[in-house]
Amino acid sequence: MTRIFDPAMLALPYMQNAFAAATIVALLAGFLGFFVVVRGASFAAHAYAQMGFAGAAGAVLVGVDPLLGLVAFAVGGAALNGLIGDRAHNHDVSTALLMVAALGTGALFLVLNNTFATAAFSLLFGSIVGVSRVQVAEVAVLASGCALALAFIYRPLLFVTVNREAARARGVPAFAIGVAFSTLLAVSAAIAVPTVGTLLIFSLLVGPAATATRLARAPLAAIALAMALAVGVTWAGIVAAYDTGWPVGFFITGFVMLAYLAARAFARPRTTTRSSLASTPVP
Amino acid sequence: MRTTNRRPCRLFEDASVRTALFTGAIVAALSGALGYFAVLRRLAFVGHAITDFGFTGGAAAVLVGLNSLWGFLALSIAGALAVDRFSMHARERDVATGIVLSFSLGIGALLLYFSTRFVSEPAALLFGSIFEIDPHVILPMLAIAIVCLSGVVILYRPLTFATISPEVAAARGVPVRALGTAYMLLLAIGVAESAQIVGILLSTALLIGPAASAAYLTRRPIVALAFAMIVAAAETILGIVLAYQSYTWPPGGKGWPVSFFVTMLALGVYLIARAWHPATRARRVPRTSIAA
Repeated sequence: MTRIFDPAMLALPYMQNAFAAATIVALLAGFLGFFVVVRGASFAAHAYAQMGFAGAAGAVLVGVDPLLGLVAFAVGGAALNGLIGDRAHNHDVSTALLMVAALGTGALFLVLNNTFATAAFSLLFGSIVGVSRVQVAEVAVLASGCALALAFIYRPLLFVTVNREAARARGVPAFAIGVAFSTLLAVSAAIAVPTVGTLLIFSLLVGPAATATRLARAPLAAIALAMALAVGVTWAGIVAAYDTGWPVGFFITGFVMLAYLAARAFARPRTTTRSSLASTPVP
Repeated sequence: MRTTNRRPCRLFEDASVRTALFTGAIVAALSGALGYFAVLRRLAFVGHAITDFGFTGGAAAVLVGLNSLWGFLALSIAGALAVDRFSMHARERDVATGIVLSFSLGIGALLLYFSTRFVSEPAALLFGSIFEIDPHVILPMLAIAIVCLSGVVILYRPLTFATISPEVAAARGVPVRALGTAYMLLLAIGVAESAQIVGILLSTALLIGPAASAAYLTRRPIVALAFAMIVAAAETILGIVLAYQSYTWPPGGKGWPVSFFVTMLALGVYLIARAWHPATRARRVPRTSIAA
């Protein structure tokens, strides 16, 4: 039997890598997640990671690095969705149809490959304890790039999210900013999938930010809280998974759910949404 | 996989193909009918998430030794009602769906960990196995489809009213909130059934694609509903026929998956419907009237 939070786990190299990779992903997910929640892009966050799976299956078929296929399909799907997505009507419809079309193509790749591609399926769930030091470095570099890009478009993105018409009237390229955000979301999902899996990146994108926007009103406070929450549930999940041997995905999604339910129960719904943000002065 | 030489004229002589066409068309028509309201009520994400709730339920049922259909139904309904409970305001629904979805997938991961039998099945559940439908499931499936379609027929008038202009409907005394929950229940049952029969992918494709296409082509609810049902059934039948034909296509000896053809048809019909008549954009139901 192990005791709860055995400090000896931190001496194990694979646990160090797991903590490092998951922490990096959680920090990025908390930051990006704020915009996912406020822009109502949860479905897109889910769909882009799934599209990446189809790309990974295709990459296995033609014999290139699955990560390449993953990024290509996720970013391609995000770009197509930006192109054909019908903002005024129903964006979820094009997200759903592009996602199933990508996965249908993935099914074709798997059949042509004459395999159920265990490698591609393991990507779907990720394997956080199988992360190498090189992968940690890769994730760190790519995630820093994404975070920097997001910080770069932070002000116009917030403006467009809060009041699209006013932003356009002031000369902010709303369409381009939206496409840039979608691309960042797709790239972030794609780089996180091989380490934490589609399930965890999705959970970390939506849950902590949804909880944070119930507790904090100002965007920067909500982002900081979301990042802290994402890291907190991730660490707690890894420790619990280490102690029990059960899948880390179960614990992290469970803790995310608990945090959200607690925030719902104890905080009045003064959510940071378009309407509540619209009344606050914005750059 | 089958290696026999298949010709189009032999299509209907194969019992598994006949079963696939029959059950596929029924499930598709049901999806089209439910999808009409799902698209108008902006429940595309919920409609997809229900398939994943059902997936977890299927894993749980297999773990305790039940037919996975019952697990699919139970957790689909539980998940849909949880989303409905969490989303008192429409703007909360996206996030509530995401959190319930990821939690349900987390439980699914735990169940997969406990179960050794189920491990080989995620692919079958995701992409469907319409040519290998369990004959024992057909009768319960028909019963569920009839119950669901009857529900749509009974709710049709008030639900259309509550969907298109919720404020006016509420002012006239229509129980808008209760109707929304009742529809969510029907959606959960119908989607659980279709996910179980044709797979998670086709379930979402047939729920959203035909109905979204219909919304571009006509404003009249009953025409759009009928169009969605017919197009969904036609896409499914055409997908099955193409998959059957594809045994002779490269690389030869193995059919291309039905899910590939049907998802492509769903996306293609949607894009054509959008391009068909630009003026329909202006004539569509304005966003504000269906936002709630």
